[in-house]
Amino acid sequence: MRTAYDTSDVKRLIDDLTSRIARAFTPEETLNIVGIRTRGETLAQRLSASLQSQGFQKIGRGVLDITLYRDDLSEIGPRPLVKPTHLDVSIDDAPLLLVDDVLFTGRSIRAALDALSDFGRPSAIRLAVLIDRGGRELPIQADFVALTLKDVPKDHRVNVRLLENDGKDEIIVEPRGAQ
Amino acid sequence: MKSILIKNGTIIDPSQDLEEKRDILIIDGQIAPNGSSKYAVSEDVRAYGSSVSHQTIDATGCFVTPGLIDIHVHFREPGDEEEETIASGSAAAVAGGFTSVCCMPNTKPALDSEASIEFILEESKRVGLANVFPVGAITKGREGKELAEIGSMKARGAIAFSDDGVGVADSSVMRKTFQYCRMFDALIMQHCEDHALSGGAMHAGLVSTILGLGGIPAEAEQLMIARDLLLNRTIGCRYHVQHISTAFSVELIRRGKKDGLNVTAEVSPHHLLLTDESCRTYDTSYKMNPPLRTAQDVKACIDGVIDGTIDILATDHAPHLAEEKELEFPYAPFGINMLECALGLYIKALIEPGHVSWMKLIDMMSTRPAQIVQLDRGTLRAGAVADVTIIDPEVAWKVDMDSWKSKSRNSPFDGWSLKGRATHTIVSGKLKWSQHSA
Amino acid sequence: MSEEIRWTRKHLLGLEELSADEIRFVLDTAQSLKEVSTRSIKKVPALRGRVVVNAFFEDSTRTRNSFSLAAQRLSADVIEFTERGSSVSKGETLVDTARTIEAMGIDILVVRHSAAGAAQLLSRTLKCSIVNGGDGAHEHPTQGLLDLYTIRERFGKIAGLKIAIVGDIGNSRVARSDLWGMTKLGAEVILVGPPTLVSKSFEQLGARVEYDFDKVVGEVDVIYMLRVQNERMKSAQFPTVREFTKLYGLTWDRFQRCKKDVFIMHPGPMNRGVEIQSDIADGNQSGILKQVENGLAVRMAVLYLVSQAAGANSV
Repeated sequence: MRTAYDTSDVKRLIDDLTSRIARAFTPEETLNIVGIRTRGETLAQRLSASLQSQGFQKIGRGVLDITLYRDDLSEIGPRPLVKPTHLDVSIDDAPLLLVDDVLFTGRSIRAALDALSDFGRPSAIRLAVLIDRGGRELPIQADFVALTLKDVPKDHRVNVRLLENDGKDEIIVEPRGAQ
Repeated sequence: MKSILIKNGTIIDPSQDLEEKRDILIIDGQIAPNGSSKYAVSEDVRAYGSSVSHQTIDATGCFVTPGLIDIHVHFREPGDEEEETIASGSAAAVAGGFTSVCCMPNTKPALDSEASIEFILEESKRVGLANVFPVGAITKGREGKELAEIGSMKARGAIAFSDDGVGVADSSVMRKTFQYCRMFDALIMQHCEDHALSGGAMHAGLVSTILGLGGIPAEAEQLMIARDLLLNRTIGCRYHVQHISTAFSVELIRRGKKDGLNVTAEVSPHHLLLTDESCRTYDTSYKMNPPLRTAQDVKACIDGVIDGTIDILATDHAPHLAEEKELEFPYAPFGINMLECALGLYIKALIEPGHVSWMKLIDMMSTRPAQIVQLDRGTLRAGAVADVTIIDPEVAWKVDMDSWKSKSRNSPFDGWSLKGRATHTIVSGKLKWSQHSA
Repeated sequence: MSEEIRWTRKHLLGLEELSADEIRFVLDTAQSLKEVSTRSIKKVPALRGRVVVNAFFEDSTRTRNSFSLAAQRLSADVIEFTERGSSVSKGETLVDTARTIEAMGIDILVVRHSAAGAAQLLSRTLKCSIVNGGDGAHEHPTQGLLDLYTIRERFGKIAGLKIAIVGDIGNSRVARSDLWGMTKLGAEVILVGPPTLVSKSFEQLGARVEYDFDKVVGEVDVIYMLRVQNERMKSAQFPTVREFTKLYGLTWDRFQRCKKDVFIMHPGPMNRGVEIQSDIADGNQSGILKQVENGLAVRMAVLYLVSQAAGANSV
């Protein structure tokens, strides 16, 4: 099992993801891209910038904080800070692309879907993730995946680090609790 | 004939200024003739021979003292018998090493008549544990307006007079009280608290400001002490200040005594050990009146004990049921349950830090109280009534409220580790309580 | 934003025991929750299935409604419990009443009571979370928090500001909570009122005490007016309402002598014309309505955070 992906790997994966998304949607029509905090949002930023440069003119943007929608309320002890959700565009009747960094149990996505239903009714919701590491606890799948990792042990974390958040782009698979 | 021989103990008898290792014999409720004199007790034993039914107590390592006397307790009979009765209160008293107590008149109804004084004395006799002496009310119903039948009550056996729970607010009534009591040479015990200034739930200071609780200012106590000293100046009635708690209160007494005024004073254990900081968590175990004050007040009270400004050590034993105390702080009743841990607490506050000697401690807990209420007790001289307390000064123990003889369980000292306690309490020559039978 | 801080308290009893970081954490959480009230569906499921009881033993429609709405925005089930007609008026103790309520299976008890320490007492005797909605003259932590939020919203900061709190300080739980919160976050607090209502002890808690309002009026960034209560006149703590207004009211004349951009606040309800002139209260330098608006977000944050902490503790 490969445990480290460097900056050039990450660039390659994101470019791959972008081109597959670009092929799936129509540049002349509205596409709402909503990132899940925190790194899902960073990815959404990069994706929408790329798509814009590829001719997508009607990209709507939003960011979701799903803390208030989690169903595992007592899961990991005291929670981190709730950050604001910004969804100022109308998401009704247009496709919405949900973006997150790692797809694991599927619970974050379920929470995000819940949150979105309070804001409106997209014509379709698609999910784009950088990494699918398996281990699903709910019947949820991503439509666009850059990297599938099989056999990641349950006690390991898949850490996605991005330049805007962490100073550099890399993906590290390591045991939980490791610094 | 019944006798008790107490062997191997060290006698501490302030009435004879005696501190000596020797045996003591009690015969038929009295200290035997040679009991605490220079002559060997064995002479007494031989003199009375084998016709005496005999009990021996080994007091090795212990002090043998005149029975401890607490001139300030609250037994809730008549009226609030679920909190404490004369029976349960007397049991608590002897378990704490006390042979005599004076119970306050704030019962329901108040002890303001001959009949009520009689009742207390009869009940005390019937229960037959500690001697319970009633303190009669100064005014009818303790309302502070009309004098109660002080003369008749005194004749019946009231040992002193007080409206305790409250002080006598009206200065004119107080002056008449002094004049009237002087005639009978009656003792007045005053709960000094100016009620107009008072009304809060704890000491008025920084802590009460932080907690948002109404305060009881130090001046409320000082004002009444000053007033009484002034009123009594030209009258000279015997006057005793109860449960003193503030630094300037002690100073007022000190000056009064210096001026030759007739005044004595007592203190309670918590005012030597705790401050208002204890109230920070709104724990009503720390709610009493007068309230816990500041560290400076505690120090001043200790200094007052050391220099004799404060004459005696009392308890202000005030039992309340747990559910009565489990109220919001402003609404909970004042008072803590004290008889069964007072001695240990006074040892902690005064003996352990070296503030007083054992002789002085016993003086303040037995001989002096007896003098103040004019009881022929507080002594182990030959022929005296055999009220005796045996104290083990070294034994380490923990305050365990659940084991108490009192009906109530309201004390902030539960769980405290103390050193020294009574092991035997003998009243009128009979063993009324010992640690092993407890 | 203070990300490193976690909230681990299952009760909110007062601001005295909170650290500055904890206070900021609540304010930041409130900021995020404010957004919920701007949606068309003003709800998040964070407290779904939880039961919040508003036990108000002292009258207060405003605070009670604020807590009620906050709980509902978080999808909690809300029960209103007011004293009148309850067993309390029949002589049941507070603890017994609260235990009876708790036995129904509740998660958070918001309690307002006229006795200082009531919330503390309940936190010792019950198992659920306790949120203090105001206990006697002791503390009103959510009011303190919403005041801090409003000031921070207005000035972008709290440290370095000069804030005057004016009026019946001694009997005010709002003043105490504000004092704790403001000093912890670095503001200078000046307590203004007559000696009969403002004890010197407050100086030992980090505040400045001033009896002369006019002396202070031009140097402060925020003026926080407290409500005058008639009981104070009756108990000889102050002569008349008229004299109070003369000495300590925020009159138009005094307002002219304030800083140009002074911010005016009041916990409500106001006695118009007594401690504050109507046009000042309604003017554009008044934060009074903002306080109410922010109160909702702050209370949502508090309910959310204590229920998180309670859930974590019970795992």
